[in-house]
Amino acid sequence: MGENGMIPLSWYLILAAALFSIGLFGVLSRKNAVAILMGIELMLNAVNVNLVAFWRYRSPEIISGQAFAVIVLAVAAAEVAVGLALIISVYRRRSTVAADELNLLKW
Amino acid sequence: MTIESIIWLIPLPPLLAFFLIVLFTHRSKALSHAIAIGAALLSWFGSMYVFLEAMRIGGELGEHPFESVIPWLPAGDSWLEIGVRVDPLTAVTLFFVAWTVLMIFVYSVGYHNFGQPRGDHDRKGLPPHGATVRDDHGHKHVVPSVEPMYSRFFAFIGLFAFGMYTLVVSDNLLTLFVGWEIMGLCSYLLIGFWYGKISARAAMIKAFITTRIGDMFMLLGIAYLYTMVGSLRYADIFTSETLAMLASTPAVGGLFGLSAAGMIGILLFIGTVGKSAQFPLHTWLPDAMEGPTPVSAMIHAATMVSAGVYMVIRMFPLLTAGYDGHGPLTPTLMVMAFIGSFTALFAATIALAQNDIKRVLAYSTISQLGFMIAALGIGAYVAAAFHLITHAFFKALLFLGSGSVIHGMEHGVLHTGKHVDPQNMFNMGGLAKKMPITATTFIIGGAALAGVPFVTAGFWSKDEILADAFGHQHFAVFLVLAVSALMTAFYTMRQIVLTFFGKPRTEAASHAHETSWTMTLPLMVLAFFAITAGWAGIPDYFPLLGTWFPGFFSHFVGHTLPEPPGHVEFSFLPLLTSIIVSLGGLALGYVVYRNYQAGQEDPLKAALRGFHTVLQNKYYLDEIYDFLFVRPAYWLSETFTFRWMDRGVIDGILHGVSWVPSRIGSFLRMYPDRFINWTGDATSEGVKLFGRRFRVIQSGNLQQYMLAALVLTFGTLFVYLYSLLR
Repeated sequence: MGENGMIPLSWYLILAAALFSIGLFGVLSRKNAVAILMGIELMLNAVNVNLVAFWRYRSPEIISGQAFAVIVLAVAAAEVAVGLALIISVYRRRSTVAADELNLLKW
Repeated sequence: MTIESIIWLIPLPPLLAFFLIVLFTHRSKALSHAIAIGAALLSWFGSMYVFLEAMRIGGELGEHPFESVIPWLPAGDSWLEIGVRVDPLTAVTLFFVAWTVLMIFVYSVGYHNFGQPRGDHDRKGLPPHGATVRDDHGHKHVVPSVEPMYSRFFAFIGLFAFGMYTLVVSDNLLTLFVGWEIMGLCSYLLIGFWYGKISARAAMIKAFITTRIGDMFMLLGIAYLYTMVGSLRYADIFTSETLAMLASTPAVGGLFGLSAAGMIGILLFIGTVGKSAQFPLHTWLPDAMEGPTPVSAMIHAATMVSAGVYMVIRMFPLLTAGYDGHGPLTPTLMVMAFIGSFTALFAATIALAQNDIKRVLAYSTISQLGFMIAALGIGAYVAAAFHLITHAFFKALLFLGSGSVIHGMEHGVLHTGKHVDPQNMFNMGGLAKKMPITATTFIIGGAALAGVPFVTAGFWSKDEILADAFGHQHFAVFLVLAVSALMTAFYTMRQIVLTFFGKPRTEAASHAHETSWTMTLPLMVLAFFAITAGWAGIPDYFPLLGTWFPGFFSHFVGHTLPEPPGHVEFSFLPLLTSIIVSLGGLALGYVVYRNYQAGQEDPLKAALRGFHTVLQNKYYLDEIYDFLFVRPAYWLSETFTFRWMDRGVIDGILHGVSWVPSRIGSFLRMYPDRFINWTGDATSEGVKLFGRRFRVIQSGNLQQYMLAALVLTFGTLFVYLYSLLR
């Protein structure tokens, strides 16, 4: 236990790093595009955890950390909307959402 | 409308007609000739009105001519002014120009076979060859065909008429020169109207270049005059102070001891020598007969060549400047008297031996113009103007008549289908029965040219020249002109007898027939003037006739000069000479050619032997000019300028200049360029090879890219941290 009976900052950071790594692993290893999107969500939320944790432990008197986290949530929501729309569009055209089959952009 | 504005308007309708035809109506033959003739008619009305007004005023007009001036071109600190001026000389010139121009226009309709079918094989630039038609009975006939470039012809003569009118009504030398050059252009265009003929092309160039020589000198004269006087208006030049100044100033360079007036006079006169075909620049005029027969010929006989004489008559006060009325004439006038009388005789001799009906008339024109120049040269101002006018009428008549004869002959040629030269008089004969109107009018014209006493116009004007020459004791001129007049009568009779009398000597001649009314009407009108124009100039002092017909001409035209010339004493000798040479020449001609039969040699040839050949070849002047001027010019342009200067020197220098950079260029191409090329090639090849090897990493698989990015990030991070810790 750290001072003031709080959980130390490093725990959060470790949690966030773990969460980020899981997300990254999902993005890199999953075939399904929807799953990749989900991995990205995990990574974004890992960042959110970091932001909130740093805000709380370093400068709780200003609100910017929280605001930043909220913006990230909003952007993540928008990104999911666009991402899913893209995936649906791809599926309609190619009848698949497997990432390794979507390799038109090559030499 | 004031009379001045009418004078301004006189030249314009034909110009307008020219543009209208060229721009709009050239496809319609009928419309084109209607416009052209309409324009000529308008100018004619204007001219007649002005002429009658001038007659009403009479000799007073000399002192107070109709004048109107506007500023035209700024020239330094002064303005070149243009204007119109009608004094008695202009009035009578307008009279004959208006009539002859109108008559040509009407005549051209018939001459170019308006209303006839299109030719079978006619092409633009060649005379019409005739068309085959079928009559009601199914017989085939070959008839004359319409001229392919009919409208073009009317456009050209419209422009010509504009030039002539401009020249006549002009009140200064500058616009006179403009009209002069416009006519030069039209002459060129009309001589070469049938440009498909090589001879026509050669003739047009010859005419243009020959007259150009004269024009060049004339322009020099005008420039000199402008430098001296500062104005080109007659009214400014012909003041007694100006003339005295010009006469007393020595010419530039003091050439031959001439005064400025003499120098200018001679320069202007050289212009006339070119335009009015005087020796030695006369050779273009006979060749000008290549144009459409009567019309361009008539331009080269009645109106345009008259412009040259008109100009020297106009400049008479300048030419006489410094002459005190006694002693020898001014040098300019002496030159003119010499050249004029020489030309009169010289051309008359050539005319004796020509066989082409138009060439005889062409040389006779040169000869008659010589009469006018000689008359002016001895100071016979009125006589020269008078002969100018009567000659215009009867020579127009003769030329149009010869055109009609040729036309009739061509009809015969087409009808028989056998080609004979329709212009050679020896192929004619007996045409009086076939073409009565043409024959009658032609004989009237011939009589006027020969100067048949008391009736014809030619007699009165020629007699006046001879009387003046005799009266002023210029016996040499008198003698030469009398001999020329004798020859004139002789060759005129020769022409008439060969053409109209006797029996037809070819089949074509026996099938000739009278031309259409558009051609015969002008002949009749001109025949009227060929007789009556002379009565206006019967001298007062002439026994009997002088009292019946008051000689208004000399009173009227004489007043153009500040001091009207006095009359010579009446003397029977020149009168008798006129009568004898005229009737004698005619009688001689008749006797010699009366019994001429087809196939015989020209009787004159037997009489003159070798000299006849010389005459027939026009004293070999064309050959001499060819040797002296044409060939050297060709040599100069072909061998000297082209081969030596252009090919050798200039091209040589340029080739030398280009050789150096060319060598440098090929060196650079051999060595440095290879290196540069190699570098460039190697670079691009390397990039290509690299790309081909490494393109496999662009797999298109997103996850692989991300993995690569991750690895790289970690790698970079590792390197960075490692370097920090070390």
